[in-house]
Amino acid sequence: MSDTAQRAVGTLGEPPLGPANTRGPGAQLRQALAIAGRQRELTVLVVVVLLVVYFGFISSVGRSSFFTSVNLINLSQFAAPIIIIAIGETLLLVCGEIDLSPGFVYSFAPFLMYFLVVYHGFPVILAIFVTLLMGLVTGWVNGFLTVTLGLPSFIATLGTGFVLLGITLTTSNATQAQIPPAAVGIGKWIGSYSYAEIAWAAILVVIFHVIFTRTRWGLHTIAVGGNLLGAREAGINVARVKYGNFMITGVLGAFVGLQIAFQTQVIDPSAGGYTPMFLSVAAAVIGGTAMLGGSGTIIGAFLGSVMLTVLNIGFSLVGISAYPLNLIFGGTILVAMIANRQLDRIRTAGGRR
Amino acid sequence: MTDPGPGGWVDSDLTGNAVINGADDVGPLISPVGATTDVLRAEHLSKRFGALTALVDIELHLAKGEILGLIGDNGAGKSTLLKILCGFQSPDTGRIVVNGEEVALKSVDHARSLGIDAVYQDLALINQLSVYHNMFLNRERVRWPLLSNRSMRQAARQYLDEMGVNIPSVDTQVASLSGGQRQAIAVARAVYSDAKILLLDEPLAAMGAKEVALILDLIRDLKRRGDVSIIVIAHNYGQVLEICDRVNLLQHGRITLDKRSSETSVQELNDIVVAEYRRAIESRQRTA
Repeated sequence: MSDTAQRAVGTLGEPPLGPANTRGPGAQLRQALAIAGRQRELTVLVVVVLLVVYFGFISSVGRSSFFTSVNLINLSQFAAPIIIIAIGETLLLVCGEIDLSPGFVYSFAPFLMYFLVVYHGFPVILAIFVTLLMGLVTGWVNGFLTVTLGLPSFIATLGTGFVLLGITLTTSNATQAQIPPAAVGIGKWIGSYSYAEIAWAAILVVIFHVIFTRTRWGLHTIAVGGNLLGAREAGINVARVKYGNFMITGVLGAFVGLQIAFQTQVIDPSAGGYTPMFLSVAAAVIGGTAMLGGSGTIIGAFLGSVMLTVLNIGFSLVGISAYPLNLIFGGTILVAMIANRQLDRIRTAGGRR
Repeated sequence: MTDPGPGGWVDSDLTGNAVINGADDVGPLISPVGATTDVLRAEHLSKRFGALTALVDIELHLAKGEILGLIGDNGAGKSTLLKILCGFQSPDTGRIVVNGEEVALKSVDHARSLGIDAVYQDLALINQLSVYHNMFLNRERVRWPLLSNRSMRQAARQYLDEMGVNIPSVDTQVASLSGGQRQAIAVARAVYSDAKILLLDEPLAAMGAKEVALILDLIRDLKRRGDVSIIVIAHNYGQVLEICDRVNLLQHGRITLDKRSSETSVQELNDIVVAEYRRAIESRQRTA
């Protein structure tokens, strides 16, 4: 007790990383690592660059190359949906929640647009608008279940996800549908053009990066996840922040669903589901978002998504077949997480407390 | 439990306040209460949490520029009372009068708009945010739609310097600061918001001597300004009597003592609390 008091007195007013407590052999290295740990995006970026170089080199020896335009389109189309959903998941993870349902919003969205246009004669623009609104409403329901009724978001969004899957399979009879001819034109800008998806993803990353780092919304999202009670005591409308981020994630999920339908030119009930959602969560966490809330970045989520994409496409280019691919993929995610965890340890040892 | 009739202490203190404050504003004319220039009054406040009775018929008043110490055992209801006064919780019964007008505090923001601000025991600081973002939490300066970070950073720096709070950089994450620095930031934040009534929940808990001195200096500075009234919860009676004009003792949700600091002593306060422990021990032994 008196010991801690003594220490507190001693350090009062001193910079947290005073030269006195970091001097000595190895300290410089530790400090350098601490800086690297703090800039986790940088670490992920380095890993991404190394992977690209590796796969570029390996594949150039064989017959297929990493840097062909076909492969770059493949990469971008694999990465875009993960990036876009990861934006929403990052916002939610940072404010202390998670959403398992965007993959199912994704599945249902193009069907809803199809039904509205084909069966109800909606103009395509309006149908797309209503579809995005469906994502918004799903997000609101998730917010209502978690924030207002107090369910853990993991369970609540699992429930809404299954409900949406049921709706998708029932209404579609589990059969594919074609893109309504009227929607083909606008669909090009949403997802059919080769680089449409990644362009949207890039725009959304920039927009949400600015929202997250430079607006009250972002600051309050961090505050809610960092100290829920404290944020409430400061007068922040905690419920509004969480509802809002669920709704953002819902809309993004619906948007990705439309994109994929336009890109593949077919509305498939088996599209979406858990895989894109879990990849997005993994991407966010690899990019430095804390599972327990309070910290994370949109850029990190973007880089995490790119890293997972390069791994996936890279390994299949190298010629590893689909079954062991998942093995390697899972192992790599684990290695990335463990590395991040260790960097965190070094960071907390380098800084104080 | 001896409960001095509420009438007794209210009268004696009201006369005192009337003399001090009678000349300086027109409070009594617009005040429905009429007889006082208290900036804050709580009348017949009570609060229950399920089966637990937290507060019973609380009568409390705070004069302009006054520092009131709130002491009492853990669980006596001090924090609950503070949370009601700052709009974080609402009372079951009773009324709150701010500057002579009865108000139903709807939220922390509402209370803040009336000049009431609180520093909570947990400080309501966000570890992951910088010092200046914490200083301006939920009162951010904005050039819509973006935050005016530069302006907030400068203002925080200048203000903390003025208050003599020594922070290496306002860009530092709050997580890496010491307990005293964190407390100082929380207090500075409340004062900076131009609060006229400041509620401090255990600002001195778990702190070293130098840090305590920093906070006490801060409170004294505020007192010197004269326009800020403070209610402070604390456990160290010596510190309480040193900075407070008056002391209220809470026991089992009731205010059982209300004296000027000059009229009581650490000894007396200790005796009351020791007597309470003794009664508690006896009643345990009886039931055992």
